[in-house]
Amino acid sequence: MSKKVVIPIGPQHPALKEPASFDVTLKGERVADILVKVGYNHRGIEKACEERTFLQSVYLVERVCGICSHSHSTCFIQAIEELANLKIPPRAAYIRSLIGELERIHSHLLWLGVAAHEIGFDTLLMYSWRDREIVMDLLALLTGNRVNYAVNVIGGVRKDVSEEEKDQILKAVDILEERTKYYVQVATEEVTLIERLSKVGYISHEDALKYGAVGPTGRASGIKRDIRKDDPYAAYGEVDFEVITDDHCDVYGRAVVRVKELMQSYSIIRQLLKKLPQGPLSVVAPRLIPAGEAVSRYEAPRGEDIHFVKSNGTDKPERVKLRAPTLANVQSVAKMLEDGYLADVPIVIAAIDPCFSCTDRMIVAVNNVSTAKEDRMDWKTLREFSIDWYKKNRGVDFTKLKKLDK
Amino acid sequence: MKIIDKVINWARLKSPWVIHFNAGACNGCDIEVVAALTPTYDIERFGSILRGTPRHADVLLCSGPVTRQLKDRLVRIYEQMPEPKFVIAIGACACSGGAIDGCYSVVSGVDQAVPVSMYIPGCPASPDAIIDGVVKLLKSYEDSLKQADEKNENGK
Ligand code: SF4
Repeated sequence: MSKKVVIPIGPQHPALKEPASFDVTLKGERVADILVKVGYNHRGIEKACEERTFLQSVYLVERVCGICSHSHSTCFIQAIEELANLKIPPRAAYIRSLIGELERIHSHLLWLGVAAHEIGFDTLLMYSWRDREIVMDLLALLTGNRVNYAVNVIGGVRKDVSEEEKDQILKAVDILEERTKYYVQVATEEVTLIERLSKVGYISHEDALKYGAVGPTGRASGIKRDIRKDDPYAAYGEVDFEVITDDHCDVYGRAVVRVKELMQSYSIIRQLLKKLPQGPLSVVAPRLIPAGEAVSRYEAPRGEDIHFVKSNGTDKPERVKLRAPTLANVQSVAKMLEDGYLADVPIVIAAIDPCFSCTDRMIVAVNNVSTAKEDRMDWKTLREFSIDWYKKNRGVDFTKLKKLDK
Repeated sequence: MKIIDKVINWARLKSPWVIHFNAGACNGCDIEVVAALTPTYDIERFGSILRGTPRHADVLLCSGPVTRQLKDRLVRIYEQMPEPKFVIAIGACACSGGAIDGCYSVVSGVDQAVPVSMYIPGCPASPDAIIDGVVKLLKSYEDSLKQADEKNENGK
């Protein structure tokens, strides 16, 4: 019988609010058990909000995550607006949705690149990140910043969308749609990719429900849940779109869901721009927020984001609590990896999209003295190991792809 | 200066390998670092590539306000880098704590943990700013080498 080895991955894994560390127990090459720990990047933002006014907190909450910054700030602001009983003007709601969708596009393209990188498909990484710059330029044009757009204010939005900007958005969306069609083609027809991702990180519909998977992770297991549809906020009640689900239940399914969601986002953006109502951008917000509690939900690119805000009638929140989607999804990673191969660890973790953007997470074997050298890996080594493993054992080799260039 | 030193310095200036470390950043700056590597910005034009291990790197790109949990790790990574090494603090957080300054679990700034050679402000620091920073750092290193060389010559 092979000996069990425990390999801790992490902890500096820069996810959203909750960076995770995974203790992987190995039996031979297979994962026997996995323990998820969170809390390393803890900065204490919730507590810090209590010392700042509501308006200051909005900008702080935006910095919880640099990828879904608009999600967090909108979610937080919605809770405040509910407490203060503010109704934002329709034009503001549309602009919020617009920025939200652009953010979803940038986040999904980013994910596509990162996932491709983890399986050794670097061409796709470069392609999708190049296309992502189109969205980043749009966001910079519309809000003045590439990340942390700060477009929300309590009671509305800060900046309008002009007619010229509308044209630019539409043009960019056309280009992106062309590119995405190509990605859809790669995802659905490219055998190497299908081979590499199918049956990896499997989680059944029942298990996904049980572990509370949200967002694309849940939708790839057939959970038809999308806050934009179920509990429409901003302008989502007035646009027509489809909730993409898939029944592959594996990493491949998660890739398909995300790529198809991109297409939906383009259509949402077109509808929003077409219907964009005239009117003011914001209503006057009170400085003191009435006492009470509010919960707000938002469909961030990674899944459902929940904010709880309690006010005691002053200008500072009494308690703020956030639940970012990664916390919900990180539990299901343990299930997905059960009985999988060590070589699948990188892509399965990356598939829930915990912002695995940076390199080097240390992996050190703790309880194996005999082969100390081999058991010491960092994230990069693990990634290379997984690419080689698939080359050798499954014949998956992305360097041999010919039809990529179009 | 011996010929071998000249070659080494030349190599150092032409291929500054970088490592990126996230010390509690919100990801905004980290994504911008990665964006600097991809086709639109392409930092490889200057010979730098991103390395996974500190032992291969000359420049540490550090983002985030440095949480207390990660402070020791940052110091360890810094110590593992070979001399001469440089640290670039990327983003408002890394420079001074930025928006996160004053939170109970951060030390507010990379310079609280390791010596910093260059600060790149911005929330997030944009990829062009990051590239500009790396290039300027190399320039100043080159100048300091030249100065030291001249001093040596004169001293002889
Ligand atoms: S400087 Fe801004 S973008 Fe960069 S890590 Fe800090 S909060 Fe995030």
